[in-house]
Amino acid sequence: MPSVVTANRLDDGIVVYLASGGAWTEDIAEAARAEGEDEVKALEATAEEAVRERLVISVYPMPIEVKDDGTVDPISVRERIRASHRTTLTKDWYDVPL
Amino acid sequence: MYRYDEFDHAFVNERVAEFRDQVGRRLTGELSEEEFRPLRLRNGLYLQLHAYMLRIAVPYGQLSPRQMRQLAMIGRKWDRGYGHFTTRQNIQFNWIKLVDVPDVLAALADVEMHCIQTSGNCVRNVTSDPYAAAANDELETPRVWCEILRQWSTLHPEFNWLPRKFKIAVSGAAEDRAATAFHDIGLRIVRGPNGENGFRVLVGGGMGRTPYVGQVIREFLPKEHLLSYVESILRVYNLLGRRDNLYKARIKILVNTLGIEKFREAVEETGTRRLRLAIDLPEDEVRRIASYFTPPDLPERAPRNEALAARRESDPAFATWYRNNVLPHRVPGYASAVISLKEPGRTPGDASSDTMDMVADLAERFGHDEIRVNYTQNLVLPHVALADIPALYDALAEAGLAVGNNELLGDMICCPGLDYCNLANARSIPIAKEIAKKFEDPARQDEIGKIRVNMSGCINACGHHHAGNIGILGVDKKGTELYQITLGGSPKDDAAVGTIIGPGFRAEKVPEAIDTIVETYVENRNEGESFLETWRRVGAAPFKEALYGAR
Repeated sequence: MPSVVTANRLDDGIVVYLASGGAWTEDIAEAARAEGEDEVKALEATAEEAVRERLVISVYPMPIEVKDDGTVDPISVRERIRASHRTTLTKDWYDVPL
Repeated sequence: MYRYDEFDHAFVNERVAEFRDQVGRRLTGELSEEEFRPLRLRNGLYLQLHAYMLRIAVPYGQLSPRQMRQLAMIGRKWDRGYGHFTTRQNIQFNWIKLVDVPDVLAALADVEMHCIQTSGNCVRNVTSDPYAAAANDELETPRVWCEILRQWSTLHPEFNWLPRKFKIAVSGAAEDRAATAFHDIGLRIVRGPNGENGFRVLVGGGMGRTPYVGQVIREFLPKEHLLSYVESILRVYNLLGRRDNLYKARIKILVNTLGIEKFREAVEETGTRRLRLAIDLPEDEVRRIASYFTPPDLPERAPRNEALAARRESDPAFATWYRNNVLPHRVPGYASAVISLKEPGRTPGDASSDTMDMVADLAERFGHDEIRVNYTQNLVLPHVALADIPALYDALAEAGLAVGNNELLGDMICCPGLDYCNLANARSIPIAKEIAKKFEDPARQDEIGKIRVNMSGCINACGHHHAGNIGILGVDKKGTELYQITLGGSPKDDAAVGTIIGPGFRAEKVPEAIDTIVETYVENRNEGESFLETWRRVGAAPFKEALYGAR
């Protein structure tokens, strides 16, 4: 099962994912995918460097599912909610996009 | 309400400057996250699911219109235009940026508010009866003692690093409207043997993983010894409370491990030994603080208002709202009005900045400049003339806030759950909304009568599910959200922890399960019997049978 590395941005707390080249993205579809333990560890090492550089906090890897159409879905409900950057509530009067 | 003096202003402003410096040092790398985390938590700043969350203390649930407008402004300027009122009478903003927090704290300080000790293993915001100084069953206003405890416990050097968080609630009325029995310390103002007021002291209540109803440690404590007694309780807890296991660190575990007798001995021996060093407040200081809590000057009014009576006759929706949301006042001709934040389809406890502004306006027009937050996540205008009640209702109705469901099934307590919270195992708000939809007919809610339905998205029980007549707890079962139901809990004078009724339900089945429970109650109840009375009389069997059949 492939994995991606997620975190929260230090300055605003927003959910982000490690993309290729050490960049961070809010879009899980752009996240760098790791297959196997060694690749996960390599991503984590890059992410820890970003922690030291005070870009992100609360770094951890998480499993994802890549659908047939190429879209990416986290496995857990929690991570699906985080990836959406919004609550799961029906369109509320205050639910505005990021 | 209490007004900051020069010391208070300087104290809070210094704290804002200190945190501004700490945020700056975090951003430049002088502080690591490990060093910064306890500092941000002490200022109410959590990292949640989507972003940072800021918890602002609303001491004993009391707000002025000016403070409410400032909260509205903070919501607009630094968040997404809404806030969430919590079960501890606080307000939380869910989308705050770390870089903005110092400015938010400065804006709060401008209106005598702060976030100090809204997290961390210290004494948290002291909560109270939202109808203090208004309720007709009140012996004495609890707010004076809440304020004394607040000042005493803020940055208290001995109790700043307790084994775990510590929550105190104070009530001064015959009816417990502050869930005192579910607090680390619950204080009830009672009449003493010589006719003087004092405190019945409960200790070791709480919810979470191991729920307990608080036990009486002292039937009657003279008021003047409040601080020294609370100090003794905290001292014993600080010394003996467990620090090796997060889940066994609350005072309720210590009290129940030692037993109330041994715990009492330890507390009272500690108190006696230190009597000469006790920090009981001089009477002058009690009087000084009490002077801030003089009830508003309410002009004399007729005890009955004809226009109001006529409106109740002619307008069924108004009559329903009045029956459920308007409570008697100690002064004839006045009432307290509950502004429900539980309109079906809305998130329980959420209020937009526009709503906050409107409530501030209404408090100025009709409510003698006072607003309260109650722990059931609604707002209260404690002092409204009966003559103004129809106009208040009309203004609320225009804003979609004239929901007459106070203490009815639609008035669910609900934590933010997995939609916001880092600790949650399951969502709670969408389930609450679906339940609200199922029971949205006001006539049906009226027919069911008063009933407390509480819901939490995890075992930490921020949604008070243990104390719900019907409690719902979201759990994670192998990646699926599952909901356990408990029955028979009560947050009031007959405080009780609910009993798990059986296997949990999938999310889509929960509203139907609640419907089945409610129908079972309605079928089994005797005339005028509350849910709890029926539950205690008939037991679990009919509810289990209705929910699970013969399985």
